[in-house]
Amino acid sequence: MPTFNESIQLTLNGEPYAIAPGLTAADLVDQLGLSGRRIAVEINEQIVPKSQLATTPLADSDQVEVVHAIGGG
Amino acid sequence: MTQLTDTPFTIAGHDFSSRLLVGTGKYKDFTETGAAIAQSGAEIVTFAVRRTNLGQDADSPNLLDVISPKRYTLLPNTAGCYTAKDAVRTCRLARELLDGHKLVKLEVLGDDHTLYPNVVETLKAAETLLADGFDVMVYTSDDPIVARELEAMGCCAIMPLGSLIGSGHGIQNPHNVRLIVEQSSVPVLVDAGIGTASDAAMAMELGCDGVLLNTAIAHAQDPLRMANAMKLAVKAGRDAFLAGRMPRRQSADPSSPFAGRING
Repeated sequence: MPTFNESIQLTLNGEPYAIAPGLTAADLVDQLGLSGRRIAVEINEQIVPKSQLATTPLADSDQVEVVHAIGGG
Repeated sequence: MTQLTDTPFTIAGHDFSSRLLVGTGKYKDFTETGAAIAQSGAEIVTFAVRRTNLGQDADSPNLLDVISPKRYTLLPNTAGCYTAKDAVRTCRLARELLDGHKLVKLEVLGDDHTLYPNVVETLKAAETLLADGFDVMVYTSDDPIVARELEAMGCCAIMPLGSLIGSGHGIQNPHNVRLIVEQSSVPVLVDAGIGTASDAAMAMELGCDGVLLNTAIAHAQDPLRMANAMKLAVKAGRDAFLAGRMPRRQSADPSSPFAGRING
C-alpha cells in the first residue's frame, strides 16, 4: 500500500505539489483539468512537446511549469 | 478617384495591410478586448505568456478564443522578463503553445519602475532566439547604434520606444526615431508610449513602418472609439509621410492670391 513517502513531490508553477508515483506529464495535465486546453509544459526548464507529454514520466523534485496565453502588450 | 498605392508592410516574409499592431492587456473583459481589436483593424496582435492559474475553472474563457490564431497573426511577447534566459524560455514556451509559431516580440526589461529595455540582455536573448530559428521583433531603446546592432544580428523588426511603456507620453525623441528609420532596412515600429491618435500619426509621419500600442486603446474612456481613432491615425500618418510634407517657413505665405484684391 502506498504511503505518503512514496508520493512524488513536484514544484508546479512555483508551488509544492504532490502526485502519485508513476504518472506522466499527460496524466498531470489531465489531473489539473487542462487536457485539450491551449497550454505549454516545461519540465526542469526544458519544453515538453504536446506529442511527448504521454511518454514523459515525472520524477521527484521536478520543476514543472504550465503556462497559457493572457492579455498583454 | 485615383487609387493610392503603398509598398507592402512585410514582417518576416508575410505582407500585412494594417500597420497598426495592438496588445491585449488591461481591457475590462474579453468581450471588450475582442471588440476593440476588431475595431482597430489590427492583423498582428500581441499577448503575454503566464503560469496557468491551477485553481481556475477549466471551462473559463481563454484569450486565444477571443483572438483566434485563425483570424490574427499572434505575437507572443516576453513582457515581464528581466533576463535573457527568462525571455528565451518564454519564447520557447510560446512556440510550443502555438504549435511551432516562430514570430515573437522580444522585450527584456531593466526594472519595474521604468520598464526600460535592458539592451545588454536584449542583445543576448536575440542572439539565442535567432540561432534557434525565431523571427524576432525586438523592443529596444531609441538608441540608433543598438538598433543597428539588432538589425545586423537578424531581427525582423526594430521597435524603439516612444516613451515609457504605459506612460502615454508619446514620442519623446522623434529625432532618434527618425535616425533609426533612415538607417534601417527592416521595418521600424514605435512600440511604447503612444497616448493618443496624434502620437500614432507622428510615428508614421516620421517614416515608421508601423505602430504597436496597447494602453492607449485599453485605458481610453471609450476603447472602441479610440481603436477606430488609432486605425485612422496610422493610415493618415502613413499617407502624410508618403505625400511628403510641405517645407516649414519662417513667415506667412498667403493661400489666396494678392492680385485682384478689391483694396488693391
